Amino acid sequence: MSELLEETAHQIMAAPDPWPALEDAGLTLVGVPEEAGGSGGTLEDAAVLLRAAGYHGAPVPLAETGWLAGRLLAAAGLPVPSGPLTVAHGPSGGPLRRVPWGRAARCVVLADGSVAILDPAQVTEGANLAGEPRDDLVFDAAEAVAPCPVTPAELRRWGALARAVQLTGAMRRALELAVAYAGEREQFGRPIGRFQAVQHLLAEMAGEVVVADVAVRAAVRTPDDPVAVASAKANASRAAGEVAAIAHQVHGAIGVTAEHPLHRTTLRLWSWREEYGDEHAWAAELGALDGDPWELLTGTR
Amino acid sequence: MATLPDLDPGTLPPETAALRARVRGFLADEPFTPRCDCWLTGADPAFSRRLGEQGWLGMTLPARYGGHGRSPLERFVVIEELLAAGAPVGAHWISDRQVGPSILANGTEEQRQEFLPAIARGECFFAIGMSEPDSGSDLASVRTRAERVPGGWRLHGTKVWTSGAHLAHAILVLARSASAGDDRHAGLSQFIVPLPAEGVTVRPILAMTGGHHFNEVVFDGAFVPDAMVLGQIGDGWRQVTAELAYERSGPERLLSTFLLIRLLAERADEAGARNAVGGLLARLWALRQASLGVAGALAQGRTPDLPAALVKDLGTRFEREVVETVRRHTAVEPDPGSADPLARALAEAVAQTPGFTLRGGTNEILRGIVARGLGVR
Repeated sequence: MSELLEETAHQIMAAPDPWPALEDAGLTLVGVPEEAGGSGGTLEDAAVLLRAAGYHGAPVPLAETGWLAGRLLAAAGLPVPSGPLTVAHGPSGGPLRRVPWGRAARCVVLADGSVAILDPAQVTEGANLAGEPRDDLVFDAAEAVAPCPVTPAELRRWGALARAVQLTGAMRRALELAVAYAGEREQFGRPIGRFQAVQHLLAEMAGEVVVADVAVRAAVRTPDDPVAVASAKANASRAAGEVAAIAHQVHGAIGVTAEHPLHRTTLRLWSWREEYGDEHAWAAELGALDGDPWELLTGTR
Repeated sequence: MATLPDLDPGTLPPETAALRARVRGFLADEPFTPRCDCWLTGADPAFSRRLGEQGWLGMTLPARYGGHGRSPLERFVVIEELLAAGAPVGAHWISDRQVGPSILANGTEEQRQEFLPAIARGECFFAIGMSEPDSGSDLASVRTRAERVPGGWRLHGTKVWTSGAHLAHAILVLARSASAGDDRHAGLSQFIVPLPAEGVTVRPILAMTGGHHFNEVVFDGAFVPDAMVLGQIGDGWRQVTAELAYERSGPERLLSTFLLIRLLAERADEAGARNAVGGLLARLWALRQASLGVAGALAQGRTPDLPAALVKDLGTRFEREVVETVRRHTAVEPDPGSADPLARALAEAVAQTPGFTLRGGTNEILRGIVARGLGVR
């Protein structure tokens, strides 16, 4: 089942604008309960899609629509409307800063223990380093308001885990690009991948990719465990920097150009590692927890 | 292009929670002094026997050989608890980790009956004779020779860096039983030599701070009867490399300096130090998931050599990162004679750190394995 989903996801995400195909296939609300208007399925299913979106750098608010807004509305008992959604936490009128895809989606706002679905009265467009919309929004009135049991801290964890999943997809892409390039690019009469110095860079990169990936997969299975999510995002954000740096080192100067596709991946790595908390922010959260470090690690606190 | 296989997370079965609690209860009543790198430097045969009494040695061996028929994931829980506590597990570490499983996989019925129950009781410690003065990373170049004689073999050669040979009841020796020919991995065999033995001399190789963990083991015509050949003559390379995923990905590749994290956390009274502890925990949490993932794959009968190599590369570099992080956030000097546990643990860790990225295959060799897996080598 998940292999078929993964194959489908990669087919769709490789298109220039995957959103219509995602909607047609009912894949924008995977992981959101059917009774709330979602497509059902597990968070692991949703992660398969999100990882593929990260791999392709797909320009879609997939994390925002299902993983974040859809689940938030479901938790509040509100029906999930069709179309792209995003989420924000803040004062109910706004202004809300750097809302992902704010110009292109209806916004589910979490404020003072309740959620509302809002259309912005005023949008100031902005972007992250990768050019993905991160807009400032101001609102007039709420369309639907309901009390919501999800706290701002929980919503931040949801966001961190979503970005961590996207990071693992992008890191795998960066590794594949670097390995392929090392096999093609010739210097001194042979592919640069024949040089041990380059091989060791790629091996180091592969280590970061595999460890980040398995940790994020584990956290997706225990999304309510604060230690798991904090560790997964901290590690993915840390790995993203290493992976991007090695990817560029292997590619040489061509990798930093607009014409070469590597930047589609590395600009996202550098953006997503910051969003919903970087490795330092999540390390600080872990460090502030009371208890013996071993009990925290093994979930036996 | 070859790609990396995904590593699925390893999930600990719920029944391991009670096992973990039992191990913690046992450790709380044991009077040892915790130390860094306890699986190399913390040998205490009496402690090993007490673990055997609890059923925590030879856990994955079948009951008919004195083992306990437990899963690799149950063993994972026990050994990670022992390592995190800095317990003196060095005496039995190699016999429990790899010699027991290897005798089970490759040994004769007589060998299994003779050695496995004793390994599980903590009464039979093994050393493994692999490296030689001229054979380190290039293991297939070993020159210790097995000479065919009536009824068995005679061993000639020298093994070095043989951990725990001075405490061991037997040594498992990799030797060349036939010339290499075209295939340099051919003609290698494994031999079991109970210790002490005529024609075998064990001499200490002292570590830089004076500790005795390593030995030189000289074989001067020591006789090995046919009954003590492990597995098939000429099959030694395959037998040795089959164990590597077990040897390389265990929690001992992440936790050699865990004691320092605990001690740093206890005195982390300002934000910088607390954040640093949090950063180490995040990394260790991720590495532990990877180690668990490899253990889970092994439990399903797969041989994830490539992820195992990756875990060891990243895990051992993390062990070193712990040392540097503690240095950055405390003003404690490493002092092996100090009354301060942190100063003592730091001394143990600093002096042992170079070994972390050497033993079990240097990290450079491991990266070569990964590069081959990626298709660039």
